Amino acid sequence: MSKVMVVTSGKGGVGKTTSSASLGAALAQTGQNVVLIDFDVGLRNLDLVMGAERRVVFDLVNVVQGDAKLPQALIRDKRIETLSLLPASQTRDKDALTEEGVLGVINELRGKFDWIICDSPAGIEKGAQLAMRFADMAVVVTNPEVSSVRDSDRIIGMLDSKTLRAENGEHFEKHLLLTRYNAARAAKGEMLNVKDVLEILAIPLLGIVPESTDVLNASNLGCPVTLHNPESAAAKAYADAAKRLRGEMLEIVEPVEKKGLIGRLFGRKAALA
Amino acid sequence: MSIFKFFTRTRTAPVARDRLQILLAHERALSGRADLAAILREEILAVIAKHVAIDPGKVNVKLERGDHVSTLEVNVEMLDEAKAKAG
Repeated sequence: MSKVMVVTSGKGGVGKTTSSASLGAALAQTGQNVVLIDFDVGLRNLDLVMGAERRVVFDLVNVVQGDAKLPQALIRDKRIETLSLLPASQTRDKDALTEEGVLGVINELRGKFDWIICDSPAGIEKGAQLAMRFADMAVVVTNPEVSSVRDSDRIIGMLDSKTLRAENGEHFEKHLLLTRYNAARAAKGEMLNVKDVLEILAIPLLGIVPESTDVLNASNLGCPVTLHNPESAAAKAYADAAKRLRGEMLEIVEPVEKKGLIGRLFGRKAALA
Repeated sequence: MSIFKFFTRTRTAPVARDRLQILLAHERALSGRADLAAILREEILAVIAKHVAIDPGKVNVKLERGDHVSTLEVNVEMLDEAKAKAG
């Protein structure tokens, strides 16, 4: 049975697209059939993060408006054969999407894939609402920072009221993915810690992704971090999160600050750099 | 950085947590009627406009929440009777 999962946050720049790509790749690496849909019409980026920017011919808007057939618009990943991408349009705006059109696309994809991952645009407007509308579950991406937590709270409220499932009175499954987590700062009390964020948002934790240059490098190269550097802490966090999505009970280990000798001697300066 | 500051590093995260908890408790209670000020404005104006000529552009509604008392302030500028008739 296929699952439609929206990756959302309210706030921009917290890691929705990176997390969509990484979770999608991690699920596909375990053999699951995964399609990523970029809902950020007008500001598409998932194609770039996935390294497929030069292969986009048709997009979500073309399919919704009937200008292209779904198989023509799907881009099969060259590295993981069970991973596909449905890009957003770069030239249109979000009004080009309709609820019926999106439902049609999702229903067609349900027959072909195990996971349909909807990468939501930032904000709480039409684009974000369409991305979550037909989802079965959500991953709420949050940074340990006041504005991100506040916006996540708002999005959680919308998931519980504006999704089709919620309107039908069904339970809507939500998971928190804490990204850009800096263990050293949290330990010093400079950054909200895991417990703080969980207490405030009160939804189950899916994983903690540490702030890491590996994630940046992966985006630079257009390759999800779970593929580019599977041994990195960030990749392991995403891989574990993907296993949890599949129902595995894995303990979540809070990242700890790792310091070398230099780091121990000059820890404060190193943290600032 | 002074020696004093070095040893008594300010921990800002607990402040962030407390501020968020208070704010979100408030926002959650208001969810669904976040536009309370706008709704009040519209309905109050409709009542006043039934009896007096008013310029909808010259109305100011302010909702202020205090710890103990919240106040609603409505400022309506009435049109000059003569002008209203001429217009």
